[in-house]
Amino acid sequence: MIKLDSKIPKGPLAGKWSNYKSSLRLVSPANKKKLDIIIVGTGLSGASSASALGELGYNVKVFCFQDSPRRAHSVAAQGGINAAKNYKNDGDSVYRLFHDMIKGGDFRAREANVYRAAEVSNYVIDHFTALGVPFARDYGGMLDTRSFGGVQVSRTFYAKGQTGQQCLLGTYSSLSRQIAKGTVTMYERRDMLDLVIIDGKARGIITRNLLTGEIERHSAHAVVLATGGYGTVFYLSTLALGSNASAAWAAHRKGALFANPSFIQIHPTSIPVLNDYQSKLTLMSESLRNDGRVWVPKEKDEKRHPNQIPEAERDYYLERRYPAFGNLVPRDVASRAAKERCDAGYGVGDTGLSVYLDFKDAIEKQGKKAIEDKYGNLFEMYLKITGINPYEEPMRIYPAGHYTMGGLWVDYNLMTTIPGLYSVGESNFSDHGANRLGASSLMQCSGDGYFILPYTISDYLSDEIRTPRINTDHEEFDKAEKAAKEKIDRLMAINGKQTVTSFHKRLGKILWDHCGMVRSEEGLKKGIEMIDQLEEEFWKEVKVPATAGEYNQELEKAIRVADFFEVGRLMCQDALDRNESCGAHFREEFQTEQGEAKRNDAEFAHVSAYEYQGNRQREILHKEPLVFENVELKERSYK
Amino acid sequence: MEFKLKIWRQKNASAKGKFEDYTLKDVSPEMSFLQMLDYLNQQIIESDGEPVHFEHDCREGICGSCGLYINGRPHGPLTHTTTCELHMREFKDNTTIVIEPWRSKAFPVIKDLVVDRSAFEKVIRAGGFVNANTGSTQDANNIPINKKISDRAFDAAVCIGCGACVAACKNSSAMLFVSAKVSQFAMLPQGKVEAKERVENMVTKMDEVGFGFCSNTYACEYDCPKGISVEFIAKMNREFFSSKVCKSKK
Ligand SMILES: Cc1cc2nc3c(=O)[nH]c(=O)nc-3n(C[C@H](O)[C@H](O)[C@H](O)COP(=O)(O)OP(=O)(O)OC[C@H]3O[C@@H](n4cnc5c(N)ncnc54)[C@H](O)[C@@H]3O)c2cc1C
Ligand code: SF4
Ligand code: FES
Repeated sequence: MIKLDSKIPKGPLAGKWSNYKSSLRLVSPANKKKLDIIIVGTGLSGASSASALGELGYNVKVFCFQDSPRRAHSVAAQGGINAAKNYKNDGDSVYRLFHDMIKGGDFRAREANVYRAAEVSNYVIDHFTALGVPFARDYGGMLDTRSFGGVQVSRTFYAKGQTGQQCLLGTYSSLSRQIAKGTVTMYERRDMLDLVIIDGKARGIITRNLLTGEIERHSAHAVVLATGGYGTVFYLSTLALGSNASAAWAAHRKGALFANPSFIQIHPTSIPVLNDYQSKLTLMSESLRNDGRVWVPKEKDEKRHPNQIPEAERDYYLERRYPAFGNLVPRDVASRAAKERCDAGYGVGDTGLSVYLDFKDAIEKQGKKAIEDKYGNLFEMYLKITGINPYEEPMRIYPAGHYTMGGLWVDYNLMTTIPGLYSVGESNFSDHGANRLGASSLMQCSGDGYFILPYTISDYLSDEIRTPRINTDHEEFDKAEKAAKEKIDRLMAINGKQTVTSFHKRLGKILWDHCGMVRSEEGLKKGIEMIDQLEEEFWKEVKVPATAGEYNQELEKAIRVADFFEVGRLMCQDALDRNESCGAHFREEFQTEQGEAKRNDAEFAHVSAYEYQGNRQREILHKEPLVFENVELKERSYK
Repeated sequence: MEFKLKIWRQKNASAKGKFEDYTLKDVSPEMSFLQMLDYLNQQIIESDGEPVHFEHDCREGICGSCGLYINGRPHGPLTHTTTCELHMREFKDNTTIVIEPWRSKAFPVIKDLVVDRSAFEKVIRAGGFVNANTGSTQDANNIPINKKISDRAFDAAVCIGCGACVAACKNSSAMLFVSAKVSQFAMLPQGKVEAKERVENMVTKMDEVGFGFCSNTYACEYDCPKGISVEFIAKMNREFFSSKVCKSKK
């Protein structure tokens, strides 16, 4: 029987981490060299973990599926990265950042973890600056900040609309430095297929070399998953096409509990679906809501060009409904408000499934140059994709699947329920509760990797100094390799008529309709049935061309989609089990009279962590109660 | 829209490749170039063929994975646009589109339109970083940096590592890529400390891994999707030259 122990240290919130940190055991430099650590993922969380652990002298092996670690999807983050520096003297502090995140997450995150993330945020900015990350500066040469949704201070550091790129490239440079030094070995173009557990501890992984199809074994004293989010389960999302759940899912199958799978953020401002062939939804950063105003026409079925609609006939519905935060309400609130207007018939564009994001006033007030300085690359991106110039007419936007708050359950040490298996960054569930605030993921990912994991994993490894290098001839490696090969053979043997992508699209549609922005008991039950049927059809009808022993991009996709059926089913189950609305999880049955999310703290102030059963059986739900000692549970109001 | 596609097909690194012709009907002008290729691949798979391999991930012009030689130009006809950002409305209906992988000795073909760009990694590992350990630094605002300089460093830092500059160059030179990294760090106080060693190490490695010399034709700047300026090449040359001068004085 699995027992969830969050291992939160005792003592007052503000001192927890520093006291705990100094009590953690260390590993001597001579012993570090003899200890192997596998890290899967080279995004901000994986690359920062790898470089920090390499600097300490561990023997690190890093994996990614792209041809270079620099292409991990962190590179696409746009808007910014938070820190509690209070450079603007506007009342910011570690406590306020913590409080904003707890409230933004609708009181479904652990206080201690969130406080720690806020606490290390300042070091992250210092470190990136030292690495040569060119954050935006003001004329005095100091770092500039801007505001993001859900907060009333200006704490978001940025590099135009390419903050993720600049932070990732900074981290990539520190990773490259360690690779050059020989502390880190880089394995590109590898997909992790399975986790190897020996005597109850994570000891290695099975990978597929994507160029040759070879199935490989890699061993270590500890394994870290930094594999990012699984928003691609919706098929259309703001994520890179290769983003997947498979590595985390392999761990889940082997016993790691998966927490809050249904907490998926639908981002309010993405370029809407334009045609049937669409493969990706491009995000327009939340930072745009600093200066852009969201509106729809006051009349239904308005046919006039947006520039022809006079001020008095526009409904700035966010400013109307939420006067205190206006266009800067948190993402879940903004997304549902857009859906509400479109469902009520006020949406714009051919499909009626979009709203306007307008910069007319900002350009008039600040001048075109100022707007270009802040958002130039985003405006260009919009123009390239849609052919419409946002300096001249409003953008059209609509919500899209974006970020997975849910993920592998981890304790305060970032360790999963499997000893020696850690999870950092978006692949864990830890810091964002039921809704993530903008610019807090880059912050969490880098904090996890640079400033938290190196301490906690060393404590674990201090018990391993007598364990010799793990031999990959162990029978557990044989078994895991055999299982991975069998799964691939099964996929190759189906030889049906339908493409992998066609299944992925259909699965995405089921989840978007039944487990998207608004959910209901009836819809979720139907969703599960539909997923079951589709999965059955997949295993009879899918076609994977060519062979498994070569570079085969369709096979890569097939392996991922095969896992997505199980992920989707668990999302629906979790959304069904949680009989309340909170953050991004909105159940039609549980809303206030004004249509806002209605939490049920008495029954649901817990983390839902699921234990895999297989064969489409209901997973077993374990609950980690959330204790709030420092904030008062309140209805989240942005009015 | 309807297109004739001439696509380079090559089973693996050692196989001999050749162009294959495809006719693709019902292409929508709204499709992106890669969606057009997805659409082609769906048809190829349904008719029992092997889909065309090409690299891509973010599909929004930032990861640098995609990169095709389209009608003789890296990333196609538009300036400052990656292959994944290109849309079919930019092409004339009923024409032929020729699609090839990057052609460069330093980037061997792996399969179809996929090439091996690991030579870039080697150059970065030779010095494309600041030697600062985690946790070793001071408050970020202790060193003010002039906004103009910091913005200029940013302009150099936006390189996505796609390799179009190399593919565009008749000598397969990587000067634009390398100079962007060298300049970014040389301009910032944090990177200045080791600027000389960095430029030497990176340039030496660049020659070693098979990139050609630079004959100042500037095709790289013209085809770089991120608008990296050749001024950075001049800046790198200055850095490189002064590092040599310093050495000979010693
Ligand atoms: C468009 C967009 C904009 C965003 N903007 C912001 C923002 O402005 N601010 C902010 O704070 N957050 C933002 N986010 C969120 C943030 O970017 C991500 O949450 C964060 O970068 C995730 O980092 P990561 O290290 O966890 O994973 P990733 O960067 O996604 O990296 C995952 C890594 O795992 C590897 N991997 C995955 N699966 C496997 C496998 N099976 N086998 C082997 N390797 C594997 C990949 O190769 C990759 O290296 C944005 C997200 C998106 C999509
Ligand atoms: S310099 Fe330009 S063309 Fe060359 S790799 Fe960088 S972004 Fe691509
Ligand atoms: S796919 Fe990422 S830049 Fe084109």
